[in-house]
Amino acid sequence: MKHARVAYEGVIYDAIQLGEGIQLTNGKIVMEDEVVWLPPFVPQTIFALGLNYAEHARELSFHTPSEPLVFLKGPNTIVGHRGKTVRPSDVTFMHYECELAVVIGKMARNVKAKDAYDYIRGYTIANDYAFRDYLENYYRPNLRVKNRDSSTAIGPWLVDAEDIQDPMNLKLQTFVNGEKTQEGNTSDMIISIPELIEYLSGFMTLNPRDVILTGTPKGSVDTKVGDEVVTEIEGLGRLVNTIVAEPVLQQ
Amino acid sequence: MKEICFKLQGEAQMKEGLYDEEKQFIMMNRTSQTIDKLNFDIPINGTIYGTLLNYNGAYQQFESKMNESPYKQPPKAPVLYIKPINTHVANGSSIYVPKEVESLKMGAALGIVFEKAATKVTEQSAFDYVFGYVIVNDVQIPHESIYRPAVKEIARDSFCPIGPWIVKKEEIKNPDHLVIRVYVNGELKQVNSTANLVRPISKLIADVTEFMTLNKGDVLLVGIPENAPLAKVDDHVTVEIEGIGKLENVLKCEETLVGEKI
Repeated sequence: MKHARVAYEGVIYDAIQLGEGIQLTNGKIVMEDEVVWLPPFVPQTIFALGLNYAEHARELSFHTPSEPLVFLKGPNTIVGHRGKTVRPSDVTFMHYECELAVVIGKMARNVKAKDAYDYIRGYTIANDYAFRDYLENYYRPNLRVKNRDSSTAIGPWLVDAEDIQDPMNLKLQTFVNGEKTQEGNTSDMIISIPELIEYLSGFMTLNPRDVILTGTPKGSVDTKVGDEVVTEIEGLGRLVNTIVAEPVLQQ
Repeated sequence: MKEICFKLQGEAQMKEGLYDEEKQFIMMNRTSQTIDKLNFDIPINGTIYGTLLNYNGAYQQFESKMNESPYKQPPKAPVLYIKPINTHVANGSSIYVPKEVESLKMGAALGIVFEKAATKVTEQSAFDYVFGYVIVNDVQIPHESIYRPAVKEIARDSFCPIGPWIVKKEEIKNPDHLVIRVYVNGELKQVNSTANLVRPISKLIADVTEFMTLNKGDVLLVGIPENAPLAKVDDHVTVEIEGIGKLENVLKCEETLVGEKI
């Protein structure tokens, strides 16, 4: 089943996909464009993987890391389907990253890879933007690059784990204004989902609603104000995000 | 007497009270209770952000490496990291030492608690967004390299004791001039002061909120002083910040986490 969280007529609802529409918990069926899409769940700890696809690592002229390159993100970064992400006026290279997001379903500590799938609640799409102008070599990728407000779109759905036969074999694609700019497959991940869960739970506790963004394949291009960026993952749907200019702050 | 906010174990709501520093008691609802009789819970529920290299001494110790590979140049913007929820523990709770590690770094940090969302705020208005101050022990596995995010060293379970309470902003005249002391088993191991910050508090808030929002309830740690003391299993650690209070925790072996009497 595909689950969403939406705002409709002033109320926040859990909802499920039903045919072409979505059904709210009160039974009402509404269309996709009648609601405001919220992130499909409220993330607890947000983990992200850098350089987890060999081709992308080469694209950024990096060698494959010996240990997973993991970093954390704050809740300020999260924005739902059909949301907007700001392109700061001074950046020259802001790129999307289509990523399979793995949502933890129960507390996990010292879990072995062979048991890891038992701890997964489901999957969603993440588009985790990077602002490369701000890269610095301290705790890289530093938070100025990866922790900007509304820079991580997730959704539209949280798809139940049992609905995804093989999460390690899903096609990922990104379209900018309708043109395909990125294509890959989760089978090309360097460190697999079960290995990531073993690695992380080996030194800290994972909790329900924790989410792991598993990295992006090659194909990062600059995006401009007004661009519509659609990230798609096989079986999970398509996540739409639009790049906007910085609001002018009135002091 | 200082106005404080705190949470007691077993109670869902936050409480407000008055803290008598000299006599070590708290007044609430016209009754008073000595501090050692109270079991404090974690007084915050926002995101905790740590700041790297924000004490002059810590910065200077690292400065010679800054122009070398892999750093190549000194940092421009504040370098932050997150202490996720599995790290948050209360005053009096245990800090668990991973079995592969001998000792842990006790990172004495002043935490700034936010009252409302702060986005692109100016230095002049920075304190308008502050609710108060809290003591945090930013526990870490010592690590030399700061090139990659040190999640494995920073984000272990119990690595962020916080409390016992939040002292309201109005009670602290100059947060950029607070003495910080760390005691291990009663012995004074470190003395420093927030007067030694590279970015004083208002500047730090301005520079961080230039690129991200600090929301209501979030906590920004101003940094860890250089030469943070090390502690090992069974050590009793106290982080004391002038005018705010004392945060006390004991280190235990990680293996006792399972099957420990609660």
